[in-house]
Amino acid sequence: MTDASTNLLDIENLWVRFPTRNGIFDAVRGISFSLGRERLGIVGESGSGKSMTGRAILRLIRKPGFITADRMEMDGEDILNVPETRMRKLRGHKASMIMQDPKFSLNPVMTVGQQITEALRTHEKVSKAEARKRGLAMLDRVAIREPERVFDLYPHEVSGGMGQRIMIAMMLIPGPEILIADEPTSALDVSVQLQVLEIMDELVRERGMGLIFISHDLNLVSKFCDRIVIMYAGRIVEVCEAGKLHEATHPYTRGLLNSVPDLEHPRDRLEVLQRDPAWREAPSVSALL
Amino acid sequence: MNALEIKDLNVWFGDGAARTDAVKHVSFDVAEGASFGLVGESGSGKSTVLRAIAGLVPTWSGEMRVMGEPLGLTRTPKFYKTVQMVFQDPYASLHPRQTVDRVLSEVLGLHGFKDIDSRIDKLLRDVGLGPGFRFRYPHQLSGGQRQRVAIARALAPEPRVLLLDEPTSALDVSVQAEILNLLADLRAEHGLTYIMVSHDLGVVGHLCGEIAVMQTGEVVEVLGVEKMRALQAEHPYTKHLLESSIGAVR
Repeated sequence: MTDASTNLLDIENLWVRFPTRNGIFDAVRGISFSLGRERLGIVGESGSGKSMTGRAILRLIRKPGFITADRMEMDGEDILNVPETRMRKLRGHKASMIMQDPKFSLNPVMTVGQQITEALRTHEKVSKAEARKRGLAMLDRVAIREPERVFDLYPHEVSGGMGQRIMIAMMLIPGPEILIADEPTSALDVSVQLQVLEIMDELVRERGMGLIFISHDLNLVSKFCDRIVIMYAGRIVEVCEAGKLHEATHPYTRGLLNSVPDLEHPRDRLEVLQRDPAWREAPSVSALL
Repeated sequence: MNALEIKDLNVWFGDGAARTDAVKHVSFDVAEGASFGLVGESGSGKSTVLRAIAGLVPTWSGEMRVMGEPLGLTRTPKFYKTVQMVFQDPYASLHPRQTVDRVLSEVLGLHGFKDIDSRIDKLLRDVGLGPGFRFRYPHQLSGGQRQRVAIARALAPEPRVLLLDEPTSALDVSVQAEILNLLADLRAEHGLTYIMVSHDLGVVGHLCGEIAVMQTGEVVEVLGVEKMRALQAEHPYTKHLLESSIGAVR
């Protein structure tokens, strides 16, 4: 990072709104944050607006929903008002997104290899042979043991953990600078979760990328991120360093931390969140760098 | 008395060359009033064990006893009055076009209860939902509320044993805490026996006293929760599971 203006992302006062029969519903309500070459975690419950934030960065909010913001910049380039054609170039090339469940986000009628090389050849002019070579190398990078065999398989022929690693390969092959991972492991078993996250983490560090890791699991996020943004009802209620998560002060953050059953520190009763209506109305905390 | 005795249970799917053995030589006992956990990764056969007990899988061999009575190929109404199951996904396990009232009164009617009206009120109060939820449809409820309805439905016949198939894996951590507390309270109140399947060791460690670890259809280790908390597992696979779940926390 040379100066403040080279943040990978700068977003100010972002709103994601959906018109409904009963007026406009605000899924994200005026949040500001930036992403440097760091790993940023976004944590919250279902409905807190964390996934909508992730999608809004790539302008993937489905109609009739819409985005408003004071400023949205990706690597210094305005992405709020650029035409869709430019946005399509940026997706994948500058920023890409790993979705929650590989079962629903891989194309069931294309082989793994076709999908990976498609991702590459959309953004770079490479020959078929070259694309195949790089696809195989990428599969190898995500710890898939027999890349040659897996390359010609269809998504239903691979396991969930493998599918998610294939997604990671597909998203990273065009060489983006920002990776948005929306609950990348919640559809996977505990025994493979960690492996998938470690692979993702390694690749992100190696390439000096920026990572936005969206999850409802505070402990997991604190392990894989540098900075954590905690969202509640479409606003940011607290921003803290991952290492200092246990010093977090907001009652919502504390409640989330205490509601997780911990194998090593058993309790008779788990703490249940007592939601304070004032949290909803409190102004959003800025997570700008 | 043992609420549940399983001896040499085998479950398979398909015939001949296509035969897959999902559960192989599984044996365990669960004392009445105890809470027993089954853990393992997807495909390890843990849910299949529950489904075999509930009578949802016809192809099994071995011996299963509930409250001392052997189970045959079909289940009797008495069995369903003793054993009930709560499924994984509350979004899929409630009929989308039936109100909470309809769901509960059907079960109560099937089991021959007469005072259905007052029982529904009590059931809803037991699971922490007010009578205001009685005439709602599933889509008008949150995930946690739906799972409470599913638990109320399972409690309706006043069972002694509850089979819980990943009851909180579709829910947020904050809602998961509420449901786990509810399950703990209900067990204390009604003296229920739980058999719970989960892949989350934290959840199983919180609710269960004894845990069986499954891998590729076999139980590789049965251990007490204290041993698990102290990370004193003997089998390498259990150690691996413990490491990955503790590792995810730190």
